[in-house]
Amino acid sequence: MDRRSFLATTAAGAAATAFPAVLRAQGKDPIRIGFPLPLTGPFGALAADQQRGAQLGADELNAKGGILGRKVEVLFRDDQLKPAVGAQRTKELIENEKVQFIVGGLAAHVQMAINEQTKKSKVLFISVSQSDEISAKPDTSPITFHEALNPTITSRAVGGWIADNLGKKWWIIYADYAWGKQNNAVLHDVLKKKGGTVLGATPYPLGSAEFSAHLPKIQAARPEVLVTVTPGADNIAFLKQVISYGMKKEMRIAQPLHWLPQLKEGGPELYADIYGGTNFYWELQDTIPQVKRYVEAFQKKFNMPPGDYGCYAYSGVMEVARGCELAKSTDSEAVAKALRANPVYDHYKGKQWWRPCDNKSFQDLWIVKGRDKAKGDWGLVEVVSRIPANEELDRTCAEKGLA
Amino acid sequence: MLEIPLSALTAQVFTGLVIGMVFVLLAIGLSLIFGLMTVVNFAHGSLYMLGAYFGVFLIGLTGNFWLGLVLAPLMVGALGLLIERVLIRRLYGRSPDDPLLLTFGLSLILVEGVKLVWGKIGLTLDPPRAFAGALNLGFMTFPAYRLFVIVVTAAVLVGLWLFLARTNVGLIIRAGSRDPLMVRALGIDLSRIWLLVFGIGTALAGLAGILAGPMRGVYAEMGVTMVIESFVVVVVGGMGSLVGAVVAGILMGQVVGLTTFFAPKLAEIMVFVVMAVVLLVRPSGLFGEAGLLE
Amino acid sequence: MSGRPAVRALTVWVAAHPVLSFFVFFAIFPFLLPYKALATQVLIFGLFALGFNLLYGYTGLLSFGHAAYYGLGAYGTGIALAKLQVGSLWAGLGAGLLLAAAGGAVIGFFCLQRRGIYFAMLTLAFAQLLYFIAFHLPDWTGGDDGLRGIPQLKLGLGESSLSLDSTLGFYYFSYALVGLAVAGLKRILDSPFGAVLQAIRENRDRAVACGYDVNRVRLLSFVFSALFAGLAGSLDALRLTVVPIEALYWTTSGQVVMMTLLGGAGTFFGPFVGAATFLVLEDRLSVFTESWPLVIGAIFSAFVLFLPSGIWGTLTGGLLHGHQGR
Repeated sequence: MDRRSFLATTAAGAAATAFPAVLRAQGKDPIRIGFPLPLTGPFGALAADQQRGAQLGADELNAKGGILGRKVEVLFRDDQLKPAVGAQRTKELIENEKVQFIVGGLAAHVQMAINEQTKKSKVLFISVSQSDEISAKPDTSPITFHEALNPTITSRAVGGWIADNLGKKWWIIYADYAWGKQNNAVLHDVLKKKGGTVLGATPYPLGSAEFSAHLPKIQAARPEVLVTVTPGADNIAFLKQVISYGMKKEMRIAQPLHWLPQLKEGGPELYADIYGGTNFYWELQDTIPQVKRYVEAFQKKFNMPPGDYGCYAYSGVMEVARGCELAKSTDSEAVAKALRANPVYDHYKGKQWWRPCDNKSFQDLWIVKGRDKAKGDWGLVEVVSRIPANEELDRTCAEKGLA
Repeated sequence: MLEIPLSALTAQVFTGLVIGMVFVLLAIGLSLIFGLMTVVNFAHGSLYMLGAYFGVFLIGLTGNFWLGLVLAPLMVGALGLLIERVLIRRLYGRSPDDPLLLTFGLSLILVEGVKLVWGKIGLTLDPPRAFAGALNLGFMTFPAYRLFVIVVTAAVLVGLWLFLARTNVGLIIRAGSRDPLMVRALGIDLSRIWLLVFGIGTALAGLAGILAGPMRGVYAEMGVTMVIESFVVVVVGGMGSLVGAVVAGILMGQVVGLTTFFAPKLAEIMVFVVMAVVLLVRPSGLFGEAGLLE
Repeated sequence: MSGRPAVRALTVWVAAHPVLSFFVFFAIFPFLLPYKALATQVLIFGLFALGFNLLYGYTGLLSFGHAAYYGLGAYGTGIALAKLQVGSLWAGLGAGLLLAAAGGAVIGFFCLQRRGIYFAMLTLAFAQLLYFIAFHLPDWTGGDDGLRGIPQLKLGLGESSLSLDSTLGFYYFSYALVGLAVAGLKRILDSPFGAVLQAIRENRDRAVACGYDVNRVRLLSFVFSALFAGLAGSLDALRLTVVPIEALYWTTSGQVVMMTLLGGAGTFFGPFVGAATFLVLEDRLSVFTESWPLVIGAIFSAFVLFLPSGIWGTLTGGLLHGHQGR
């Protein structure tokens, strides 16, 4: 920080503390949370879920009087799944709409571009996208928080379970980009530690729907488990082709994550007997009271159960609120400190907490399996196992380059 | 790990053939349209996508896959006729880049339009029960539906060849692809032929879409990468050459299939590398004629 | 209408004094838009389109792969500042420009061996090749996560250094550099080289018959075009402090084509008008509707059909030598 801006900040800070009345008078303005997300593009369905979750959060807060007595507004902007656009929308939200906080991102690479802008403008950012990097050096910062799961946690948890329960000879197919590669690396690591073997690992270009070229080789190798790291539409295309080659009968199939829109699109025909991890599944309302409350509220508002990404968005918005109430302020640094000082929270599924060294959220996840026949419109999977929140599932702060 | 069973390699070659057949259907349409009208149809990928969507719609309506297979390409072809008549026709006589730009804008409209009508979540297109599983052919097991795709495409190609080689209209189309100026000079009114060609070309794209749907899923963006790859195929074959479109389509299908097998990381870029090499060695593609739109 | 002659006179004046008009208009531009960061984006993409237009509108060569030079500029600057830590803003910019120009020279050399649609497809192929290389060299480029950590450097030295932190500060910095580029383009177009360029566009064979070295001229045009696109990329890298992998993807190439056409290919200001229109439309539309690509696609198609000279081209219609007689 150069001398000019240091002086400016100190002067403003002095003015603010000396004139609290000024601060309070302008306090009747709403609190605005900016939310960039990929409304257009291949992950539109997941983004729509995020939008619903965030909106539910805002509405619930407003029903109880808002944050610090001020109304909450969430402003959604399409980031088109592109980092440059995400960065530009963030700039617009901060400069034009004067948002105090940013929650959002679906794609890892977009959220990092968003993060660069929020760091620059000193705005608190709660990322709800899956990425290993956002909570590590050089991307993370005291005002960068990561609410969602990341590939390390997911693949350690799910991979460990697969090795223990389904088989120790794997073939992995993964999308050749950051998320895919990260999952692949962690899966290799986990299996090795469990004494298993990876018979082969096949990268494929993300978004390419033609998998048949890979399948004969996989079949010939006869793995016990086929682990597929194929996001979005690739997941559907891949499973269709695997099934058409008769491979479902020859091996178990598992993936690090299941996504509700994909489950719906593919249906039991595709997803029966396929295992996957998830941060949330609405049928958990049968056993967890917080989930019941959340699902009922969501169902009432949107006529459909909440999906996985919507929960992250909901939780992100609620954490902004909680941080403001604790800090009694909307200043990003103060809110960040307050969240670190009071790291435990529980908005929709059970206890979660922030790890102070990297602002990473730890939370439970579950292994689910596709059903042969759906129960109703959305009962597409059944819960098989719970993996409790555990800091050992992620890299240590030292490994992330942080103290 | 390097022991490759023969059955796997054979399956791979057949897989490449299926990929190639889809390319051929798209490339022939593009090449026909370009060869006769010098129109570069960027909306070809969206029409491919619409073939799949119309297929889902028709099958949902009638419950019959075969009906969908026949009618969906016809619907796309009808749309193609409309596009040519209402939009492209206005651009004749202008810069040759203009139809390309217009169809580019059109593709944006079609992709978003589909999402508005059918939603953001993709749709499922199921092949007939009879083709659902894999066939054990002795020397390899291969999905029955994919064999079906190969057979259908081959049949359509034969039909197309007969049409072009044995009918008067076909003769005019072939002549017009080779030398549009001459055909006009002979006093033949090409505007009706153009309409027909655009309709046929787009119908072929729609057929490719409904054939690909059960293999790869049906979603709005499914045509986006296909259109680029199809252009590559057409350019490699030679713009305006139908033989080139077939040969290049099958060739590129093998390129994709075998690269995926042996060096998966390179699969994405191989098509472009092959194209660049072909163009630098044979300027107008494998079977193309020099002087076409240069 | 009484306003008409005034508008006409204004466009005539602007067309006759492009550099001055640029400096005047863009000095106040940030204050005309909903928010200032949008102005910087328009400036940078206007420059990108300016470069593309030199090749397309003035030389008559349609490139589908112009993202390559924008990307090379961005990665050049990004790698120099973030990975190699050269520490100097100017060195960073220089690195980007150098890489873009080199790319233009090499790729241009290969692509110019063919013409028409084959030329276009070759430019696309090379751009995709670069995309692929950048994707698979994450240690240098960050791969598909993008190159992050570009530092905010200062202009000048020590105590008197100007921080480019603020939006307006960075805007005027870009304004100065883009202005230089605009002035440079004017010089190029007014020079004998520029005249030969347009002669080639109008009638290549005749230009050859007149004894001009067409290939050399087109290659030079290609390199200049790459240089302008590269500067745009470098500035964007500084603006975003990241270089996303999409910088090299064909959709970026498609965008610059649309902007140039919307504004008016073959006109001086067309690129800026087009960039402004496209970006402001996209910005405002996406606030209201998710289907904004449909609206943009429809507007773009309407332009191709009814207003092929673009906005600026139609306004100045007949005043300037337009693209292929428009």
